[in-house]
Amino acid sequence: MFTTRKQYHPYVSPFDPCHPICTKTYVTPPNLYIPFQPPNLPQFPLHEALKKGTLWKVFYDPYYGPYETAYKGDIQ
Amino acid sequence: MWIYEKKLQYPVRVSTCNPKLAKYLIEQYGGADGELAAALRYLNQRYSIPDKVIGLLTDIGTEEFAHLEMIATMVYKLTKDATPEQLKEAGLDAHYVNHDNALFYNNAAGVPWTAAYIQAKGDPIADLYEDIAAEEKARATYQWIINMSDDPDLNDGLRFLREREIIHAQRFREAVEILKEERDRKKFF
Repeated sequence: MFTTRKQYHPYVSPFDPCHPICTKTYVTPPNLYIPFQPPNLPQFPLHEALKKGTLWKVFYDPYYGPYETAYKGDIQ
Repeated sequence: MWIYEKKLQYPVRVSTCNPKLAKYLIEQYGGADGELAAALRYLNQRYSIPDKVIGLLTDIGTEEFAHLEMIATMVYKLTKDATPEQLKEAGLDAHYVNHDNALFYNNAAGVPWTAAYIQAKGDPIADLYEDIAAEEKARATYQWIINMSDDPDLNDGLRFLREREIIHAQRFREAVEILKEERDRKKFF
């Protein structure tokens, strides 16, 4: 399996004017890892799929901002 | 020909009157990687692309208009009862002077939409790679808007739209695989 969040640590200079952000993150969404969708992948129930924006569990990758917390059951 | 269904693809709820969020959201309305640019890009490219992937461009281009309508609803709800004073505080004073409370196809910095934002190279791979890049840029834009937003109801809708960008990027990648014609072929090296 793959992860959809990555981190790196940029160089921090002692002369940087702003308070340094030591860990930077970026997103690597599921579509990067699945070149062509294979048949018979697990699905969400239809009503849930309509809410989530995809029928396919493997492509579901919700994004939450700093002012909110992830719902239970969602991968972060 | 299109058939219009008089409802949104996903319900749009806005919990607070916050014209500042409208200023950010307008990026997805009339910005380079916004929904209007996406819809027009795909629905135009589809005339000069191999038959196998025309339907995909039609479907995704059509869905982008449904997204455009959601963004329009969000912007409208965030600004419809805002006073000129509130719009001024949100940095929308120049917009108000030009458009009152009307929506307009410009980006978050007020630059009007232009056809120069979209490409049709006529080369199927070049065009599909542009489409993949456009979806990833739109996904990223949704992330940055979610980062700026403290409205959980609005974020719910934005999260849905961002998920659709992931799916669209996946389908465009699959279109490239189809055009490569190497799928299902037994490989001997």
